[in-house]
Amino acid sequence: MHRYRFILTRPLQFLPVVLGVSLITFVLVRLIPGDPARVLLGARATPTAIANIRAQYGLDEPIWLQYLYFLRNLAHGEMGTSIVFRIDVLDLIVTRIEPTVALVLASVLLSVLIAVPLAALAARNRGRPVDHLVRIVSTFGIGFPPFWLGLMLILFLAVQVPLFPVSGYGTSVGEKLAHLVLPALTVALSLSTVLLRSLRAAMIEGLKSDVATAARARGMPEGVVFWRHVLPNAVAPTINLLAVNVGWLIGSTVVVESVFALPGMGQLLVRAIFSRDYMVVQAIAMVFACATVLVNLAADIATVAVDPRVKL
Amino acid sequence: MLHTRRPAALTAGLAILALFVLAALLANLVAPYDPIAQDGAARLVALSWAHPFGTDNFGRDILSRVIHGARVDLQMALIGVFFPFVIGTVIGSLAGFAGGVVDAVLMRLIDIILAFPFLVLMLSIIAILGPGLTSFYIAMALVGWVSYARLVRAQILVLKSADYAVAAASLGFSRPRILFRHLLPNAIAGSLVFSMSDAVLVLLSGAAISYLGLGVQPPVAEWGVMVAEGQPFVTQAWWITLFPGLAIVLLAFGFSMLGDALGELMGVHE
Repeated sequence: MHRYRFILTRPLQFLPVVLGVSLITFVLVRLIPGDPARVLLGARATPTAIANIRAQYGLDEPIWLQYLYFLRNLAHGEMGTSIVFRIDVLDLIVTRIEPTVALVLASVLLSVLIAVPLAALAARNRGRPVDHLVRIVSTFGIGFPPFWLGLMLILFLAVQVPLFPVSGYGTSVGEKLAHLVLPALTVALSLSTVLLRSLRAAMIEGLKSDVATAARARGMPEGVVFWRHVLPNAVAPTINLLAVNVGWLIGSTVVVESVFALPGMGQLLVRAIFSRDYMVVQAIAMVFACATVLVNLAADIATVAVDPRVKL
Repeated sequence: MLHTRRPAALTAGLAILALFVLAALLANLVAPYDPIAQDGAARLVALSWAHPFGTDNFGRDILSRVIHGARVDLQMALIGVFFPFVIGTVIGSLAGFAGGVVDAVLMRLIDIILAFPFLVLMLSIIAILGPGLTSFYIAMALVGWVSYARLVRAQILVLKSADYAVAAASLGFSRPRILFRHLLPNAIAGSLVFSMSDAVLVLLSGAAISYLGLGVQPPVAEWGVMVAEGQPFVTQAWWITLFPGLAIVLLAFGFSMLGDALGELMGVHE
């Protein structure tokens, strides 16, 4: 089990990063010109509310002490109140987590389903026309703006051929899944182009590896060599690649949620920016940053789990 | 295989980029109509000889708007890459060359910035500064330098123990001279190649932020703004949305091809 010991030590390495994230979000909101209490509470704040905020964040104290107050509030799970929704920011965010997490998971699943067969096709036919075709398509795909791709998918798969709902989320599990197809496909088409290039390279390496050569020497058919020896070795690089791109993935979901009116955290972030609901902006930025850090930890654990050779 | 591909990718990339640069420079001459002139008699007109890309709900000519959009979007990609490139190169070379505490502090700062999803940090900064193109450039400069700094730092770390660097030091050259005259020119190839794929990212981010209403503001013809304006009419007038999106895809493809070609020419692989 000592291979998994890093699970205990790794969070200690993340601590400075999480502190830094809190410092940056703290500084960001304090950079807004004007009285912070008024900025956080909006123009129509009552004097009592302003007095409460001044006390809670110690706004008359020196700035470093204010940061410590901010950390203390964080430790108690207090991230303030939304001006627009008039409820606790964390309570608000909790109601928005499900669509975003579902979208991210569905996008990753779809992009793996798209990228792995195409990468295998390209790698096994290296240098042939089909390989070039896959490369050109993936080079094109990287430049597809998700917001535009989403609208085109709506046009073709929701309007012209009414297969899927245009936008929104629904209430039952079935409705939710139906509403997730097009947004997830939008993100997945972009993400798979990123995966495709690296997967193809990893598979070409695998096909040239000693393991593959030895398998061929034992008379194993090429197809079996690929499925037994090449594909499993491409899993770990794929996990790492997904982890590296998780920030990009979250960014795409922010945009795609707005296109499809999916009531997730990304849509909430964009609306909060327009309504100057800074507490919400601050909290969502922190939640997304912490999620990125956690996903990277999860990816490390998964890499160790799937590949016995890896030691962290 | 690479040798037959190299000129093709370079030619294709340069040709696409040249097309957009020409469109941007000659927009006033080439565009058949004024990009923001409204025409009440020609609302939502489909593709025709008078309006090859159709018109939008204000009767504005989409072709003219796409051509004029090249000005804004090209500028967005170039400025959005330039500042991060310069800032990142300076910080990365300082970190790699100085080492020690400076390096450690800068690397931790980079870790923290990388913990934020790129677009989320961009949007948070724009939330503070207010919507607009200037805010986009500032946010881009604050966030985008990180990748360049890492690339350059890694190169400098390798190069500073190279024979010619040691030779320059033993000749008594000053440290700034060694860094800027000897190390940096050799360290920068990777960043140049990366800047092409970064241009794609910046273009997509700028267009996405404008699509969300937080970047370039209407009535300026910008491709992301145009897609947003076409969204309510996508079922009855798909051309408003289709063409600006295709322009983004084509320009991004040009940058990607150029990046691939440069990478192969310089022997750099990402």
